[in-house]
Amino acid sequence: MRVMRGVLALVMVLLAGTAMAADRMRMAVTTSFENSGLAEVMLPEVLKDLDLEVQLLVVGTGQAIRLGEAGDVDAVLVHSRPAEEAFVANGHARHRTQIMYNDFVLIGPAGDPAGIAGAGSAAAAMSDIAAAGAPFVSRGDESGTHKAELALWQAAGIDAAARNPSWYRAAGAGMGATLNVASGMAAYVLADRASWLNFANKGDLALLFAGDPAMFNQYAYLPVNPALHPHVNAAAAEALEAWLLSDRAQALIDGYRLNGEQLFTYNAGAD
Amino acid sequence: MVAILPLRLEGAEVCRKGKRLLGPVDLTLSPRGFTAVMGPNGAGKTTLLRLMHGLERPSAGRIAWLVPEQKARAAQAFVFQTPVVLRRSVLDNVAYPLRLHGWARDAARALAADWLARVGLADAADRPATVLSGGERQKLALARALIRAPQILFLDEPCANLDGRSMREIEAILSAAHRDGTRIVMATHDLGQARRLAGEVLFLYRGRIHEAGPAAEFLAAPQTAEARAFIGGEIVE
Amino acid sequence: MNEILQGMARAAWLVVTLDADLVEIALRSLQVTLTAVAIASAIGLPLGALLAVSRFRHRRAAIATLNALMGLPPVVVGLVVYLLLSRSGPFGVFGLLFTPTAMIVAQVMLLTPLIASIAHQAMRDLWADYHDLLISLNASRAQRIRALIWDGRRALLTAALAGFGRGIGEVGAIMIVGGNIDHSTRVLTTAIALETAKGDFALALGLGFVLIALALAVNFAIHGLARTEAGSRW
Ligand SMILES: Nc1ncnc2c1ncn2[C@@H]1O[C@H](COP(=O)(O)OP(=O)(O)OP(=O)(O)O)[C@@H](O)[C@H]1O
Ligand SMILES: [Mg+2]
Repeated sequence: MRVMRGVLALVMVLLAGTAMAADRMRMAVTTSFENSGLAEVMLPEVLKDLDLEVQLLVVGTGQAIRLGEAGDVDAVLVHSRPAEEAFVANGHARHRTQIMYNDFVLIGPAGDPAGIAGAGSAAAAMSDIAAAGAPFVSRGDESGTHKAELALWQAAGIDAAARNPSWYRAAGAGMGATLNVASGMAAYVLADRASWLNFANKGDLALLFAGDPAMFNQYAYLPVNPALHPHVNAAAAEALEAWLLSDRAQALIDGYRLNGEQLFTYNAGAD
Repeated sequence: MVAILPLRLEGAEVCRKGKRLLGPVDLTLSPRGFTAVMGPNGAGKTTLLRLMHGLERPSAGRIAWLVPEQKARAAQAFVFQTPVVLRRSVLDNVAYPLRLHGWARDAARALAADWLARVGLADAADRPATVLSGGERQKLALARALIRAPQILFLDEPCANLDGRSMREIEAILSAAHRDGTRIVMATHDLGQARRLAGEVLFLYRGRIHEAGPAAEFLAAPQTAEARAFIGGEIVE
Repeated sequence: MNEILQGMARAAWLVVTLDADLVEIALRSLQVTLTAVAIASAIGLPLGALLAVSRFRHRRAAIATLNALMGLPPVVVGLVVYLLLSRSGPFGVFGLLFTPTAMIVAQVMLLTPLIASIAHQAMRDLWADYHDLLISLNASRAQRIRALIWDGRRALLTAALAGFGRGIGEVGAIMIVGGNIDHSTRVLTTAIALETAKGDFALALGLGFVLIALALAVNFAIHGLARTEAGSRW
């Protein structure tokens, strides 16, 4: 009994230790956004300017959209245009606001067995990989990055049937786990630039191809529709949107550097 | 307290998996007295005691106390062939029956300490009961059985592991309890003990009461061949 | 090998500097799992004892079910709790998803069968010992359960600690229902998963060592309080 009482007291102390901020909202974001480190720069500014604590749920695009549809978050920041448009069409958000873009990069073994480094376009690079039958690891998780990869295969004219499992491996995992797999098997992989720069277990991998506009990755902000989910913190979501459209946000986003490289290009409202 | 005796068994049987272990037994236990239950190993002594105490259900026949069974249970106690000790201190083991009946801890412990002194376990009061020797466990079980002053006490070979001195102490306690009016039913293999303590003997053989009668007569001149062999120290098959 | 050494160094550094983030998530890990263990024990221990002492029609089926539930996959439990607590689920109105409370709910579901099952096994052996005596002493069912729980308290403590062990190292369920939100629902295991995904194996491993040390510390502390291994056991 004495033990039980001790445990209870400890639990009480622990429970009491949770502190509170002024206003709070939840936003579902993709792994690539979180991995960029931009959030760590931006959210403290939001807290300062709006007295608003933004809690991030870091998930794949598919799950982020589901969270928004269920009303479990107040806003969604993702990068998969068809999914975003369907989200708006179904009334889960009243509108979609473009914020910024970054880009995807093709990573592979430094030796570049498929010779994609000098390719003329992303599609050509994908064709080279397929032609060489060089190992390629796909996210395979319906994420925005996965969808972007599929679009590149399509542009290269290589359909699902042609992607032989002998070299094409679907990891079914997040960006970090997929990069770990690629690092382990010395395979090619499509990643967003931020995740790549932040990835610590690079091993023999190197950035081999980037820059094709087909690899640009547009982020959009979707505040969840309070008409469908009355409990959402619509005021906070609106305030955050206004902040994202401000000059302050632009300066922060364009000025953000990771390892000396600019990651994001601000293009808000240009929809 | 309401009297629960006499106890009547009419055609009582205990069966397990289609095999009859005991009975049919017809028997009346009068309110006073000291009965020794004797017989070779496997004769059914333990089974008979457990049946009377209500630990075994009769497969046939009936068992009747003067009062309903649930009420009768509260005025009985049982000392098992292999004593059960609770995993707590010796003192708390003996106090436990009182605690079950709503006694306050201190009062229960005080009386328990008194009983421990009577069975010669006073020094062991604060030890974990699980470290007691076989004989000490039997003394503990006896103190625990007597602490609520039962009207009837069943004992299943209570002195099997005791040395001569302990046996004398226990026998003194049993005699005193008997003198104070406790009905005692004790299974035993020890002829001397039966002679010293018992007023009557039930001789069990192959699950039936083979012979019954006053202890002095039975021990001096058993009527049946099996009882004669048993008392004569021969092997009874 | 090198990575493991780095992990140890990282763990040592985090602990020595009392890294604020580390302290926060370690405390949250403890808060969530200890609360869950306390609740699961309050349900599971008496349940295990009850199953040991009572005889009812579907007792064997109930015990088999309980033992099977011990192996519940955390991800499935997480998903079920997620769907229950989601705003569009039956308990959505409470807004519990992605809070420590949701993590506690999921862990209670995971730990209760485990604790009840281990408790039942311990209680069954003790009951086999005590059965005749407690029946003979005319103890009521509540009194029997109380005697078993009290005299079997050390075995039950082991059951609770087994629950703690499973809870503190569990990631599948709390990742789903907690969401691994920084400063809100991030705990040691979800932080480890995150650092692994980032490829920062040294930090992930460092956190892992902290987790193991924490689990050991809690076990020692509780055994010490209960003096389980001291003196004679009974
Ligand atoms: N649960 C049981 N299932 C089957 N047989 C049993 C069971 N309990 C007892 N028996 C059998 O019933 C018979 C009587 O057993 P009991 O314990 O009453 O003998 P006993 O006279 O007390 O012997 P002992 O002098 O060895 O103590 C024995 O043959 C025993 O094997
Ligand atoms: Mg016997």
